[in-house]
Amino acid sequence: MSKHRDITCQLLVIGAGMAGMAASLFAARRGIDTVQVGLGGTIPFASGLLDLLGVYPVPAGQILTDPWEGMARLRRVSPAHPYTRIGNQDMQAAWRQCLGFLAEAGQPYVSQAERNMQVITPVGTVKTTYAVPHTMAAADDALVRRPPCLLVDFAGLKGFSARQIAATLGASWPDLRAVRLAVPRMQGELQPERLGRFLENGEHCRQIAATIHRRLDGARAVGLPAVVGVHRTRPNFEAMQQILGVPLFEIPTLLPSVPGLRLRETFEQHLPRLGVRAWYQHRVTAVEARRANEFRIGIGRDADGFRARTQAVILATGRFFGKGLHADRTAIRETLFDLPVDQPPQRDEWHHKDLLHPAGHAINRAGLAVDDCFRPVDVNGRRVYARLFAAGSILAHQDWVREKSGSGLAIGSAYAAVRACERLLG
Amino acid sequence: MKLSMKTEVLIIGGGVTGTGLARDLALRGIACTVIEKKDINAGASGGNHGLLHSGARYVASDPAAATECRAEGELLKQLAPHCIEDTGGLFVAVAGDEENYIADFPGICARSGIPVQMLDKEIAREMEPTLSNRLIAAYQVEDATIDPFKLSLDNMAHAEAHGARLLRFTAVVGFDLANHRIRRVTVKNQTTGEKTTIEADVVVNASGAWAGEVAALAGARIPMVYSKGSLLVTSERISRRVINRLRPPTDGDILVPGGTVSILGTTSERSASPDVIYPKIHEVDHIIEQGAAMVPVLASTRYIRAYCGVRPLVSCEDACDDRSVSRGFALIDHGRGEADIVENLITITGGKLTTYRLMAEKTADLVCRLLGSTAPCRTRTEPLPNMVAARWTEPGLAPRTWMERGRPDDLLLCECEMVPQAVVDDLVQTLNDHGDTPGLKAIGLRSRIGKGPCQGTFCSQRVAAYLYDQGVWHADRGIFELQAFLKERWRGQEPLLWDISLAQAELLEATHCGVFGLELTPSSSADRACGRGGPAVEIQHVETS
Repeated sequence: MSKHRDITCQLLVIGAGMAGMAASLFAARRGIDTVQVGLGGTIPFASGLLDLLGVYPVPAGQILTDPWEGMARLRRVSPAHPYTRIGNQDMQAAWRQCLGFLAEAGQPYVSQAERNMQVITPVGTVKTTYAVPHTMAAADDALVRRPPCLLVDFAGLKGFSARQIAATLGASWPDLRAVRLAVPRMQGELQPERLGRFLENGEHCRQIAATIHRRLDGARAVGLPAVVGVHRTRPNFEAMQQILGVPLFEIPTLLPSVPGLRLRETFEQHLPRLGVRAWYQHRVTAVEARRANEFRIGIGRDADGFRARTQAVILATGRFFGKGLHADRTAIRETLFDLPVDQPPQRDEWHHKDLLHPAGHAINRAGLAVDDCFRPVDVNGRRVYARLFAAGSILAHQDWVREKSGSGLAIGSAYAAVRACERLLG
Repeated sequence: MKLSMKTEVLIIGGGVTGTGLARDLALRGIACTVIEKKDINAGASGGNHGLLHSGARYVASDPAAATECRAEGELLKQLAPHCIEDTGGLFVAVAGDEENYIADFPGICARSGIPVQMLDKEIAREMEPTLSNRLIAAYQVEDATIDPFKLSLDNMAHAEAHGARLLRFTAVVGFDLANHRIRRVTVKNQTTGEKTTIEADVVVNASGAWAGEVAALAGARIPMVYSKGSLLVTSERISRRVINRLRPPTDGDILVPGGTVSILGTTSERSASPDVIYPKIHEVDHIIEQGAAMVPVLASTRYIRAYCGVRPLVSCEDACDDRSVSRGFALIDHGRGEADIVENLITITGGKLTTYRLMAEKTADLVCRLLGSTAPCRTRTEPLPNMVAARWTEPGLAPRTWMERGRPDDLLLCECEMVPQAVVDDLVQTLNDHGDTPGLKAIGLRSRIGKGPCQGTFCSQRVAAYLYDQGVWHADRGIFELQAFLKERWRGQEPLLWDISLAQAELLEATHCGVFGLELTPSSSADRACGRGGPAVEIQHVETS
């Protein structure tokens, strides 16, 4: 059947998005023998910003200064929301471990204990989030103080206009200027990833910083697209900052994003070092539940593959974009185990006629309903498998896009699922 | 209120009839102004399948309309070939379809003079391999397709070249009447809210489904029936020819190619009003099921957009099915008759895309009679020029031109449909010439931007950024523009969100709500219209020494 031998493990994590990566990290830290499988194509389609809870309640569009205060209110009102099943202590421990890992791996994030942070977006709006890459931390302060500021963009980087940001924020930020730079030897179209790889080279970063420095003209802060390197971000960013002599911050670009790419490559490089047996760029080809305590999972690129025997599974396969859920014209299905999906009765109710309706779309709250151990349950609330857990955006009763809760959901539910799994594995 | 503007003929409505009439009058040397409350083809002219009828569809229900279609179709193929793809068409029946209708079809076609040729079933399936293997009859007809946007834009641009004017986003809000004549028309700029008046010798109400409402403002009554039709756009072209179901007209009976896509139509649902109409989910499912009986792949293909239009039908009392209400047009001289006399008001409504030129000709003849002019119609003989302003709606033209020019710095802003910066420059110029600062919706209407599988997720912000860089937009106009453009595209996506399209919609929302927070951002409308912009952004070179 295959060049690989069949393998056994205690825990198989399916999915290589934020929830799958976090689950593998937490499991490895607890000494659980873990295998991870996933295509890993979707993290770059995240912004690289780590949200916890930015808006609550959603229909009121109320932006939260303190995510923990919002979460306390959410838990009182929404018993089925995944956050209601994760205590503050677990949530804080989860973030601590996850951000600690990223810092050790050379991609430190910055967060405040009891308040959200803010960053500037490419359309000139302000986004509320919880933890930001260290390269974006200075934006939070700049948004508060609004000093004279120079925004930089690059010729060829589509959908990112420093002038657009400056014009849109200009009414409430008096001295916000824009400058466009042409990068030497980089003509025509520049995807964020290509610029990011180009700026792995410290010399290139220094040249750009020197050019910006000559155009500061009294600016007390500088913003530029989030493309300063993929792996060598920290030293290169610090070198630029030093040349400039004023606070520097990155601004997210259109997706796929370099900060997303940094996250993916950091996890992919460092999780195996912690003992995770990872099969990235592989997918699950078949699943079979054997007795209560054993799953057999086919893993491969195509037809060619091998099998893993595992005592437990964490399903972190995402929603429709991640292919964890699939919909035809009549219903939504879970794609691997055909688990019951909590969903509106008819397609008529999936979406609102107004894309931007403040209440959000009902389909975004569809997904897997779980018990307190994050095990999927059926319509009667009975768990489907004793050792099958779910984490991340596939969970029901949340709207991560509108709540700005994607990473908190991924990290928090992964942590809760791993803990429950550890208890059951004994 | 601003000072009055004068024109000989005021045309209300910038659809295919209004713009066609503007060209007809302009070529006769008559000064006219078109006012349109939204943009070109905002009503049924933009909400149809772009079919140039051979007439065969109407042979049983409306032989007069069938003959008209055939004659006008042949004429337009001669005079406006750049708007038309002469695809040919098939009428096909599948097992279970009404056998008498099939048997009678060639005979009644012949009676109306509609050319039709019987095909062997196997040959028909060789010609169109996606046809069902349950085919029981096939006939070849002379159907073709026509780009209604290009048609209206070309008509309007040619009319303007002969002195006509177009005021977009201008709605009629009242008529000043004295002695049964309209003295002045009050209009409102939909963007700024500003009201002005227009004086005209003759007013033509060419507002399609809104004809009843406009006439009512002058105290005239037109009994209108609103029949909504919904259509679906596939992501790829399914057939070379137009494929009609050989049975009495009903839902989901026609598949029309449109450049790189195909359009599956239609439904017919009574609507209480011509405003706020949406393609509904049950309509979508119904036409897919019906269409799949002729072309089975329609059950599983990807759809990228649903849209609908309201057929402007003038009701007759005994009609029970809206398809049997005459599709022949209604030309009403409000100066004649017994009640509600308005001497200088004409209404033209109903009709079909295929007969738009004839409708314009007949209306212009009546206008001339009221004005005492004897100038003859020229649109019957003079070809419609391919105007530069209207060329970018053509699928494939933007990428072809882009590759021929081969400029690496001319970036593709819309990657799905390969629309580069140079096309946006061109459209900005055209819209500026009309005194407008170009918005995303106006640019989308005049190009392929936002019409590909990403449905605006990326190209909307890329065009926005570019327009700021070019000095076209300023302040926070981009927020308003993105919100309005994406909401408009969403209307057409929402009923079709399953499979890949649902994943795409998730990415759209994750980007524009999750990261940009557009649902949380109030949009200010201030300064939206008045920017003339500034110079394009300058590029500074990174010093490498």
